[in-house]
This record gives sequence, structure tokens and C-alpha cells, in this order.
Amino acid sequence: MSVGATIVFSLVLLLAIVGGAAVLTWFERRLLGIWQDRYGPNRLGPFGILQVLADMLKLLTKHDWVPPFSDKVVFIFAPTAIVVAMMLGFAVVPFSPELYILDINIGLLFFLGMTSLAVYSVLLGGLASNNKYALLGGLRSAAQMVSYEVFMGLSLMGVVMLTGSFSLRDIVEAQRDGWYCIPQALGLYVFIIAGIAESHRLPFDLPEAEHELTAGFHTEYGGMKFTMFMLGEYCGLILLSCMITTLFFGGWLGPVLPPIVWFCLKTFFFICFFILLRAAIPRPRYDQLMSLGWKVMLPLTLINLVATGAIALWMQGA
Amino acid sequence: MQTAAAIKNNEMPDALLNQSGEALGVAQVTADHTPTYWVAAKDLHQVMRGLKPQFPMLYDLFGIDERHRTQRPGQPAADFSVVYHLLSFTDKGDIRIKVALIEPGSVPTLVDLWPAANWYEREAWDMFGIIFDGHPNLRRILLPPLWEGHALRKEHPARATEMEPFAMSEELLDAEQEALLFKPEEWGMARESDETEFMFLNLGPNHPSVHGVFRIALQLDGEVVVDAVPDIGYHHRGAEKMGERQTWHSYIPYTDRIDYLGGVMNNLPYVMAIEQMAGIEVPDRAKVIRIMLSELFRISSHLVFYGTFAQDVGQMSPVFYMFADRERLFGIIEAITGGRMHPAWFRIGGVAQDLPVGWDRMVREFIDAMPARLDHYDKMAMQNSILKQRTVGIGKYNTREAIEWGVTGPGLRATGMEWDLRKARPYGGYDQFDFEVPTAQGGDCYDRAVVRIEEIRQSLKIIRQCVDNMPEGPYKSEHRLTTPPPKDRTLQDIETLIHHFLNVSWGPVIPAGESACMVEATKGLNSYHLVSDGGTTSYRTRIRTPSFPHLQMIPLISRGLMIPDLIAIIASIDFVMADVDR
Repeated sequence: MSVGATIVFSLVLLLAIVGGAAVLTWFERRLLGIWQDRYGPNRLGPFGILQVLADMLKLLTKHDWVPPFSDKVVFIFAPTAIVVAMMLGFAVVPFSPELYILDINIGLLFFLGMTSLAVYSVLLGGLASNNKYALLGGLRSAAQMVSYEVFMGLSLMGVVMLTGSFSLRDIVEAQRDGWYCIPQALGLYVFIIAGIAESHRLPFDLPEAEHELTAGFHTEYGGMKFTMFMLGEYCGLILLSCMITTLFFGGWLGPVLPPIVWFCLKTFFFICFFILLRAAIPRPRYDQLMSLGWKVMLPLTLINLVATGAIALWMQGA
Repeated sequence: MQTAAAIKNNEMPDALLNQSGEALGVAQVTADHTPTYWVAAKDLHQVMRGLKPQFPMLYDLFGIDERHRTQRPGQPAADFSVVYHLLSFTDKGDIRIKVALIEPGSVPTLVDLWPAANWYEREAWDMFGIIFDGHPNLRRILLPPLWEGHALRKEHPARATEMEPFAMSEELLDAEQEALLFKPEEWGMARESDETEFMFLNLGPNHPSVHGVFRIALQLDGEVVVDAVPDIGYHHRGAEKMGERQTWHSYIPYTDRIDYLGGVMNNLPYVMAIEQMAGIEVPDRAKVIRIMLSELFRISSHLVFYGTFAQDVGQMSPVFYMFADRERLFGIIEAITGGRMHPAWFRIGGVAQDLPVGWDRMVREFIDAMPARLDHYDKMAMQNSILKQRTVGIGKYNTREAIEWGVTGPGLRATGMEWDLRKARPYGGYDQFDFEVPTAQGGDCYDRAVVRIEEIRQSLKIIRQCVDNMPEGPYKSEHRLTTPPPKDRTLQDIETLIHHFLNVSWGPVIPAGESACMVEATKGLNSYHLVSDGGTTSYRTRIRTPSFPHLQMIPLISRGLMIPDLIAIIASIDFVMADVDR
């Protein structure tokens, strides 16, 4: 793509993601509603979709309060960090053979780096609030993210080994003969779990855990700053679904339909999957989550890594 | 009817005799036939220690302001009396010990015998100013810390219009806020240990998981609960004081609001206690209707528990299914009573109306559909491995601890004790029904849920028997104190018209006496101890609720666990704050 086209596409993508995240708030509530024997927001506009606008208006007009006891600069900076990091993460996602912003040879590492940056947002938000619940939420998120970061990266290395490249386009192209969800099933499993933990959604929403910590790290946040956290979370959800599609389910590959449609369909499927997960599963305790991580996930990842490495070597030799 | 003289000294339990065989107690006759003895304050501790092996649970402890009471034949002179109700789980029944107090007097504390006495004695001090010598921390529990006076004393105003208009000035606001601050030193807590500085977290009174307005001050080391201080009283509405103003009849709607998930089940101990005093025999149809409605409300309450229990361990969906079922249930209750959560539908001597045409079809539809749905929920929630990880082995206590702390209901049965009042001492017609008493062995959060869920199935069984065998006949008693009285002849003869008019306008006059009636309510044992001085209102209404002692136990079972465990414990206790604070 030319520079001009890239800029135009970036802007379109930005709008699409923000819009998508906004619509997702409504879509999630409707979907949860259907699964839970109730309606969800269905009053405003067709199927209640204008609820998104109403919510936005409400959040925009809320008092933009900064607690006097907080660390003000960090308090304001924290919610922006998560949105920026998540948005940047989209830069390396190949939506179709032609539609992408960056194709760099460290694409996958860039994605991992950006999701790691998002952790700071939660951590700083929790600490800067100077509130005990927020502090506990911040502490939990620090522990959770640091541990799950490890497997998240490692779980993807199998994919990298099979492809021999960190470029996401190469990874998709390498799946023409078969999606990686089969040979890398273990990697996929660990990546999904680590991904939910990273995006701290239920069942791994321990930093938030409304039943325990009221609202966890964002207890003191309201109005637009709260919106930013939410926007970041939903962007994270979309990004995670995009990455699963790209890395394990052949990205844009698929018969008959145009590539971009395939990509969107697959991503949409995983978004629904994550929403269903939220509806279905209770929240483990913080120490249980940690021990699951270190005692189950890490060994699984390492086994996957060693096995994939051995097979890759064996195939090269053959 | 027994008279005081008929209760001979040799019928007294040994604990009430001193070394030389003389009686330490004076017997009193009550309408509920519970052996009741007056004991001197100096003998109290010795007597109680002697009674404890036979009557292991301190079921209730409360005060009565005796100064305005006119009809107390044979009872020792007293300004105040303290009533101790002890429970045995054998066929021995109960025993009631009373201590007379002349101001300024005091009674010895029983905290060293029963840890459960702690909150009850604080409540008696809060309400009457009765001093308990040796109590570790005798401070206000239900009323705000800066409250003036003791609310259940007769001279204390009962309504706002009897006082000066209330104004909250800036200074008063600051003072009240200051008084609410948690000061660890007042509870004997250290702010730091050798290794660490503790964090004190104020969980509540407004918190998503405390089920109402309930505060727990937590002493935390990281996320580990070192100690906890439950703080109650935010939901206190003076229900016992209101009982002294409302007529016997017009107090019924207030009882609905004690355990607000229990609906008409709250009416039951209240009207039964009155019926005992008035000597009213309730017709069979009314009995079965009462049981059916009570069990419907038990299911409704347990469904709320089930849903919120799953929700509090982070499972989002179950609560919506359970509330949908509860909605179906409310449809039935609405068709029968006209009300939903608070029908106030039982009456002295029966129920308010006969069952509507077609009631059995609605009930049958519900009880036919429910078991399959329960199986479904079991798969969804109770068999979920994360839910099990979160609740199995958490918040454990054994039968002995449960009895020491006054725990009744499913919380007691989850420790393996098969004791259900409906079976052990059938009341109101429960002896006619075939059902089982579910128990569990572990006494942890999970087991408490298991017991309640099985109780839903047993309640369905009881309701099916009600539908299949609903007796014909009147739905209220022909007794003249039935309120409102049967009306069929009011327009034909003056006597029934006058009775109707008086019972409805002034309210019925219940003969002087004392009576307590206990029921196996949704959350444990609930009872009303009523004192009539021969008037149209109660002289003293004591409401013993199960949730009150259950909350007192929280620190014991949550020490050393983490905040999420504490939330699971709170969820598994199944309380409502109105049932605690009254």
C-alpha cells in the first residue's frame, strides 16, 4: 500500500475498532441476555442498538472527577495507556492479503509488547487511585499479568517454529495447508487462557472482581476515564480474537468468500466465544489462578515447545 | 392448665437446686408450656453452667422492661428482666431462665459459657441499658454509636412525632462520621505485627457482596484476613419497638419485613404465638394452606440464595435462571394472596382468604417442572469445578461450634446434625407430612449450599402432599379472637357484629401471659416471644432471628482465609440484613 492509502486505512481501522468496541458493549449485553433468559437493552432503536449512543452520551456528560487524594498525573495517564497500547497492537494484524498497516518481521513480538504495555495501565490506575480496593486490584493485576505474560509468549513460539517467521502475514500464508489449531492445539489452549487473563475478563477478572473488590483497580474512575478503561478492555477482546484467528485459524484464508469476510467471520466467532465464557464460568481465587498458571500452564507450554521443536527438527532432517 | 404451685421443686432440673437441695429458681407458668424459672443474678452463672450439658445452645437472650407491666402474678419484683432461652436437641425441650433486675443492677456475663452471648448481651445493653458484668466489649450494636438513651425502655419515644424535629447539623454529622471510624484498638487489634503493617479494609456497609447494609472491618495482611469485626445495625428499624404500638392484628405486615425473603413464613411464628396465648385452635385447612405457602416461600428464598451464591463466586448466569423461577413462584403467590414478597396473609386464627379457584393447577405446574430445572442448575453451578474449588473446605465449622455459636437451620444441618424443627418438634401440622431432613457432613460453604438445594426438593415434596390432600372446611377459626372474625352472621345478630367491629377497629384483646413460638424458617430458627399485659397491643415483642448469631460467627470461620473466601462465606450463610437488625 502507498503511504496515503496506509494513512487512510489506519484512520478507517481506528474508527472501525472504536466503533466496534462501542457496538460490542451493546452486543455483549444482548448476547448475555439471550443466554440468560432475559432481553438485555432492547428499547432504544432497532434491537436496542442506539443504547450505545445513549451510553456514550451519558459517559461523556459525567462529571470528570479526579480524586483529591490520588496521584493526579498518573491517575489521568493510566486509562490512556491501555487504549493506546491496544490500538497500536492492531497495526500488525493482517486483515487480508492487502489490508494491513505494518508487515514487520517482528510482528508477533510487537503484539506481545503492546499487550504487556497495557498491564501498566491497570497497575498504575490501581496504585494512583490511593484507594484500598484499587490497591488490591492493582496488586492482583501485577501478579496475574506477570505470570500469564510468560506463557502467552511461550505458547506462541510453537507457531513461530512451524512457520519460521515472526511476521504475521507469513504465519497466515504458512497455514494454507492446514490451520495451526490442529498441530498447535496445546498452544491454542494456553494462549486462549493467558489471553483472557491478560484482558482481565471474567472468569479471570480478578483485578476487577466486583464481588470482592467493588470495582477493583478502577473503583475511583468515572466518566470518560472509566470509558477509556472499558474501551481498552473491549479493544483487547477484539485484538485477542484477531490474533487467535491469525495465528491458529488461518487468518483470512477460506473458500468462496473474500478474505476480509473470512477474517471478520472468524474473529466474530471468537468474540462470541469469549462472551459465552463470561456467561458460563465462575471466578477462581487469586492464588488458584496463580497455581494454575505456574503448575499447569507453564509445564503444558514447555511440553508443547519441546515437542514442536523436535517435530520441526525431525521434519527438516527428513 | 398448669399453675405455678403445680410445678414442684422436684420437677426442677438438678442444675436449679443448690448443694442442700433447695430450689434456686421460682417457676413461672407460660402459655407455651416452656419450663420457666426466675433465678437470682448471683446464682445465674452456676445455674447456667449446670444446665449447659443438657441444653447446649443459648438460643436467645433478651431484656424486658417490667416497670409498666401490671399483670405478672407470682413473679419476683423487677424493673427489668433478662430472659435466657436454652435449647436442647433431645426430647427434653427447652428451658427459660429469667433474672430480675432492680435498677441499678447488673447480671453476670455468659460470654465465657457461650460465645454467642456476646452480641445478645450487647443488644440487651443497647436496648435496655442492662449491664453485663465481665462482658469483654459492652458497646452499642444496633443503634448508632452516638444514640442517646436505650430504645426499648418504655420511656423512650416510639415515634419521631414524640420527639423534637430532627436536624443534622454539620457538627453532628462530623461527630457521627467520626464515631463510625473503625478504631482497631477498641477491638484489641494491633496495627502492625513484627513482620508487617496491617491494612484495615472497610468492607461495606455498601458493597456488592454483603447482601444489604452490612459492614465488616477487616484486618488484612496482604489479602489474607487476620481478623474481622462484623458491624451491624445499619438496617435497624425498631421492629420490636413497633410491636408495642401496633395492635396484635396490625403488626402482621411488619413481620413480613423481618426476613424479607421469607414472606408469609414470618407471619407463622407470630400468629401461632398469639394463638397459643388466646387458646385458638386453627382448622385443618388453614394449617395446610399455611404450610403450603410457607414452603413456597422457603423455595423462593433458597432460590435467591442459590443464584447469589453462584454469583458471589463469580458465576454470572445462574442468578438469572433462579430469579426467573422465583418469578413463576411469585405468580402463584400473587394469585393466592394478592401480594408477592410481603403478602402479610396469615391471620390470628387462620389465613386471610380461602384459596382461589384453580390454585391447584398453578401449583401443580410449578412443582412438576421444578425438579428437572434443579437438575439442570446442579450441572451448571454445583458441579462446576471452579465453584467447588472456591467453596469446598472454605468456612468450615463443626457441629459443636455451630451449637456454641447459636447456628441453626441449614448451617447446622450442613455439619451433619440431622435436626430440623419440623421433624423434631412438629408445629402447625408438619407431623402429617412425609419428608426428609437433608444433611451434609463437611460444614463448609459448599455443604451449606447442598443442604439448601436438597431442601428445595423436600419442600416440593411437602407442597405436592398439600395439593393432593388439601382438606375441606373453614379457612379460619370460629374462635371469638380470630381477626377479622368470620363474617357470615355479622348482619344477622348484634354479638357477632360487635365482635367484628371491636376486633377490627381496636384490635383483639389477647389474654395476659407469655408465649414464644419457634419455626424452622428459611434461614434457621425464627421465633417470636410475646408478652401480653391483657391489652390490644403486645407489651413486649421479641423477635429471635437466625441471621443474627450466624453473622456473629463470621470472624471465627474466616480468619486466615482470603477476601474471596470471605465473600464465599458471606454468600453461603444466606442472611438478609433485615433479619439481623430487625
